[in-house]
Amino acid sequence: MEFVDYYKTLGVDKNAKTEDIKKAYRKLARKHHPDLNPNDKEANKKFQQINEANEVLSDPEKRKKYDQYGKDWQHADQFEQARRQQGGQQGFGGGYTYSGDGGEEDFSDFFESLFGRSAGGGRGRQTKFRGQDYNAELRLTLSDAYNTHKQTLTVNGKNVRITIPAGIENGQVIRLTGYGSPGVNGGPNGDLFITFSITNNSKFKRMGNDLYATIDLDLYTAILGGEITMDTLSGKIKLKVKAETQNGSKIKLKGKGFPLYKKEDQFGDLFITYNIVLPTNLTDVQKELFTQLSKS
Amino acid sequence: MKQEHLISTEEFCTHYKVEYSFIDSLDRYGLIEFTRVNESTFIDTDKLSELERLVRLHYDLEINVEGIEAITYLLNRVSGLQNEIISLRNRLNIYENGD
Repeated sequence: MEFVDYYKTLGVDKNAKTEDIKKAYRKLARKHHPDLNPNDKEANKKFQQINEANEVLSDPEKRKKYDQYGKDWQHADQFEQARRQQGGQQGFGGGYTYSGDGGEEDFSDFFESLFGRSAGGGRGRQTKFRGQDYNAELRLTLSDAYNTHKQTLTVNGKNVRITIPAGIENGQVIRLTGYGSPGVNGGPNGDLFITFSITNNSKFKRMGNDLYATIDLDLYTAILGGEITMDTLSGKIKLKVKAETQNGSKIKLKGKGFPLYKKEDQFGDLFITYNIVLPTNLTDVQKELFTQLSKS
Repeated sequence: MKQEHLISTEEFCTHYKVEYSFIDSLDRYGLIEFTRVNESTFIDTDKLSELERLVRLHYDLEINVEGIEAITYLLNRVSGLQNEIISLRNRLNIYENGD
């Protein structure tokens, strides 16, 4: 366990007045508050540190104890014992602490060894702490992500039934408010953040809402034209192939791509590239016909 | 909308020790959508966490309603940009890994 320099955390001098501490704390809290830095674990951690520093330095008694025993925190228990023998007051009135992620359990070991686990509380609304956020990862296939569907997740032993809207992106995070850890002292519950990891189980490449695929086309259909059937994520479709279709030519099927996230009945486009496959193992007759064609 | 999913703003103010004038300001600035039923104002339970967030910004960080409006706008922009990054990263993966 390391010594925590609360003055350094708040960026104030050891002789700083209460007003300066308050000012420094407010400035840092505005910068690192979880509501202003959603999904930012670093800011969250920093916010907990400055909250802890303020908890100590804004309270005259805690600050006195910290100044006296801070660097020598191993002797804090002896100090406590002596204080109890003198009939000292149990616990301290808290300073001005903003609510945010974390809670008493998120104070550092250093803080708890010096002030105990119960010392994190303050007065009135300041004692309310928001519960911790939970993070979870959900794996889906591209076909799963194509349709809106319901799924049940187990998070910390609790079943959470969620609706996953069609069109969700790989790496997209959705937030379920209130599904995190319970708040402390009546504070709000934390949130549950679900990161979606989408694996491609299809022949399609997805770019945003558009899908791309390369399909094989036999020589005769490419030259003479015709109709082919292909599988898409929404079922089979028929394609009319123009006569004299060139190898590598592309067609665009409007509205046959991926569904737009949370936009009902709106889809991206499907782009198809034709790969013309030449016939192999020609019979003598076929060779003869091709020879005739080459001379015509 | 079913009425059982609504919480009266008066009840909210009493529970959270919030002045009604603050709720009224949020309504005037259009920062959160309230529902009016028989001349009473209600908040949908789905929007409760968003309202709690605005309360924290005002009472904990002492940010006025104009500031909250600017922050909300910027956070929405940040969220939009983050989504764009995700989309571009996925597109880059196609070229780099063929996924």
